[in-house]
Amino acid sequence: MGYRTEANVMRTTQIERIDDEHQLVKTLHFKDPLCAKAEPGQFIMVWLPGVDEIPMSISSTHLDRMAAITVGKVGEATKTLHKMTKGDLIGVRGPFGNSFKPVGGKVLIVGGGTGIAPLAFLLERLVATAQNIKCFLGAKNRRELLFHSRIRSLLARKVAAEIKTSTEDGSLGHKGLVTELVEAELTAHSVDMVYACGRESMLLEIFHLAQKHKVPLQVSLERIMRCAIGLCGSCSIGKYRVCADGPIFTDTQLAEVAGEFGLLKRDFDGRRIST
Amino acid sequence: MKNVLETDVAGLKLKNPTMLAAGILGLSMESLMSVANAGAGAVVSKSLGIEPRHGYGNPTVVQVEGGVLNAMGLPNPGIQVFIQEMAENRLTVPLILSLYAFAPKEFATAATKASTAEVNGLELNVSCPHASGTGQELGRDPKLIMDIVKAVRETVNMPLFVKLTPNVTDIVGLAKAAEKAGASGITAINTVKAMAIDIETSKPILANIIGGLSGSAVRPIALRCVYEIYESVKIPIIGCGGVDSWQTAVQFLQAGASAVQIGTAIATKGLSIFREVNDGVERFLKRKSYGSVKEIVGLSHRS
Repeated sequence: MGYRTEANVMRTTQIERIDDEHQLVKTLHFKDPLCAKAEPGQFIMVWLPGVDEIPMSISSTHLDRMAAITVGKVGEATKTLHKMTKGDLIGVRGPFGNSFKPVGGKVLIVGGGTGIAPLAFLLERLVATAQNIKCFLGAKNRRELLFHSRIRSLLARKVAAEIKTSTEDGSLGHKGLVTELVEAELTAHSVDMVYACGRESMLLEIFHLAQKHKVPLQVSLERIMRCAIGLCGSCSIGKYRVCADGPIFTDTQLAEVAGEFGLLKRDFDGRRIST
Repeated sequence: MKNVLETDVAGLKLKNPTMLAAGILGLSMESLMSVANAGAGAVVSKSLGIEPRHGYGNPTVVQVEGGVLNAMGLPNPGIQVFIQEMAENRLTVPLILSLYAFAPKEFATAATKASTAEVNGLELNVSCPHASGTGQELGRDPKLIMDIVKAVRETVNMPLFVKLTPNVTDIVGLAKAAEKAGASGITAINTVKAMAIDIETSKPILANIIGGLSGSAVRPIALRCVYEIYESVKIPIIGCGGVDSWQTAVQFLQAGASAVQIGTAIATKGLSIFREVNDGVERFLKRKSYGSVKEIVGLSHRS
């Protein structure tokens, strides 16, 4: 399938609002009619004029043709985004790729770090489709737990809903890794679908758990992105292109790329390196 | 039943006249296999050099009217690593390695390394419009093209294609030089040197400022190049530039191309573009009562 030419045109737009989520993460809101129509899980390419262009998941869409990205401070481009103020210009193209497929029944959402961003967006859809929602959020510490209150208020309207948190330092909820909560949950209860986003080592662990308990899974993957339209091959994982065939992959697809998923990615020169 | 699409390009047996263009997807063996499974008659790797190369920073690709502008900067894992990955090669169609280098001798070294692997042909990239010291900086000069082709020809014995740049006043002179030096075929054309500017920031969009234009916007230029080259050389031509339908593929064949390469159209139509083109060309041949795709190569010169 090809991409939508209309969406791939670079649009320059102003940053309209900035939310400080915590010391290392900001949410930037901007106006763009196409991005505002994004589905949860889709990504856009964000151009920082004169600096770089990076892939970012959409973390929310709003009325008034607004959309937002939630940015962790990790490299030169994201540091530049963190320095930006209201009125500064960014370029956007997209949204690209497929999206999480909301289902009914009992769902489990597992997010680690900034990986929670697209899942919070997904949750807005899931509250309408799923009967039972469990949401496990992981972070280094209490302060870095992303969108805790946003998710709490989304789930407040739902009778059969539960949030569990885990922090590496034990400052909130379970002390340890979020995957430990997943293991306990899948062992004790039946689940119809797991959605996950976060570090790939976490996703690999969840994939193994889902396989073991025969639960279907949808995860969001990240690779080096350049063209974002399925041409350059930078984001290859096995036979798939993350930009065009993903970024959301099912357990069946992950099994097909078992030699690379969670282990290897392609570097800027195309060589395989460890994830 | 006879396969009307079957053809032969400089000794390469192709089940159909479509090929994957260099620079598209060919960074990994598995993506080349996906393209072959989608119906391409042959695949060309990303341009490989002696050393690994990261390429330029983003933005590397910008959409413009009628096509795509790119300045990737020749990212590649280096020929040695690529050859190692070829252990995973389960291709059922010919594999052509695209090579770039900075001097004739280095081209010969790269070709020697390539010849140690199961490769069916080489395509010399002397036409990338946005890399310093290589690409069209070499391939604009017919004398240098001759030196490069001779150096490689003396080293390896396999089909050798030379991919030419349209960013010159006389592409025919380049084709003649390549033929004279022993090339087996010509690939025409590489991208057209171009740029894009964002007016709100007044900045050139590509990180490298200058890139190469591909897609339907360059098709009339590519078609003209193939037509002119066909009049002047005897070796086969592979047409490349804006092929995005069976009709546009037929145009290139009639202009004198023995096969066509497809790249940018993969973005707009997906990998199914190969089947779409092949099915359409086959129907066209049958409707016109041709027994083989070879019969329409260069037809426009005889009509």
